[in-house]
Amino acid sequence: MASSASPLPRLLREHQAEVLNDWLSRQAQSNATRRDLISEVELSRDSTQFLAAFTQALESGDPERQTGANWEHLHEMLKNLSVTRARKGFTPSETAMFVFSLKHPVFDLMRRSIKTPDDLSRESGLATSVIDRLGLATTEYHQKGREEIMLRQQQSMLELSTPVVTLWKGILALPLIGTLDSERTQVVMESLLKRIVDTGAAIAILDITGVPTVDTLVAQHLLKTVAAARLMGADCIISGIRPQIAQTIVHLGVDLSAVVTKATLADAFAVALARAGLAVCPAPGAPRTAASGVVPAAEA
Amino acid sequence: MERIPILKMGPYLLVSIQVDMHDRLAMQLQDDLTERIALTGARAVLIDISALDTVDSFMGRMLGNIAAMSRVLDAETVLVGMQPAVAITLVELGMTLPGVRTALNVEKGMELLAASLRAGESTSG
Repeated sequence: MASSASPLPRLLREHQAEVLNDWLSRQAQSNATRRDLISEVELSRDSTQFLAAFTQALESGDPERQTGANWEHLHEMLKNLSVTRARKGFTPSETAMFVFSLKHPVFDLMRRSIKTPDDLSRESGLATSVIDRLGLATTEYHQKGREEIMLRQQQSMLELSTPVVTLWKGILALPLIGTLDSERTQVVMESLLKRIVDTGAAIAILDITGVPTVDTLVAQHLLKTVAAARLMGADCIISGIRPQIAQTIVHLGVDLSAVVTKATLADAFAVALARAGLAVCPAPGAPRTAASGVVPAAEA
Repeated sequence: MERIPILKMGPYLLVSIQVDMHDRLAMQLQDDLTERIALTGARAVLIDISALDTVDSFMGRMLGNIAAMSRVLDAETVLVGMQPAVAITLVELGMTLPGVRTALNVEKGMELLAASLRAGESTSG
């Protein structure tokens, strides 16, 4: 008899198109749908697929523990949906609202189709608990998706932000961008030392133009890098010190006297070239515009 | 007892540490090297630690001390071939070996020593 089996899966199967239309029109009216982030086509595809999988999962039974291939399929779909929406910039509650908004159409359907109050309340309870669990699972998946994104961003930032550039034979430059914390200093140090071994460079220029602030900790990290490079037989020049940073360094009492410091990377490069016994001169026969611009200034 | 060989080549003394350093060996090296500098009147010492891949604070201090002692005996000392991992460890231990000259490899170390020997001759002679 139908008393043991819930009538909900059968109802959903029979009235699927009706429920879907109701659900879509409700979602269209809701603020949480974020029409600016998701297209109508995508939304209706998500809804159709979700409703189909939901019906199938309910038909396979076991709504309390939600185990079995059909439920797994439903959760897998929810996971993809949450991660996709997390990437698009949905908040967790907006993502969960997608699932929770199914309640209204389902309850309406039950009100219309189930006549006895006892059955109605029992089925409502069941439907609520199933949808709640799915909604909460969405939040969880959403959060996991966000964490993955953050982790990936952090890693790519670490990789991106520590290039070691060969300016000339035996002269390396390390343009540092962003805040220097201990972890990044470690990465910077390792990649610099590795390049010193690979290239046999004798001079390394640490350019801190892209470092927003220099406090005692950052200065200490810089000095550590300089010391490690020196132990490997390479001299370091710190360049790109902005006026404010110079002021901060002095106010903080950071001692940079052991290191050669220059205002710009160009100055540091000139020092490095001089130490390597090299000089930059205009090419013979080249138009002398650049050089002639410099000469009067030098004479004045 | 095992010892680290000290090779004399013209005005240079060459020390290449090829085995795992332990504390006794480091002390022995310190004794041997100072003695050899005094005996031969060497003007320059090159210590190659390219085979050393682990280092502790004691070893770091010994390296610093050996270099400082050689300098007191008027021999220019250069430490060459430090591994990146060793350099990072020493820096993290707070030992930056401030008085010690360093070079990337034996070749560059010899260049450095030759240059400083030439400079020393031109000023004294």
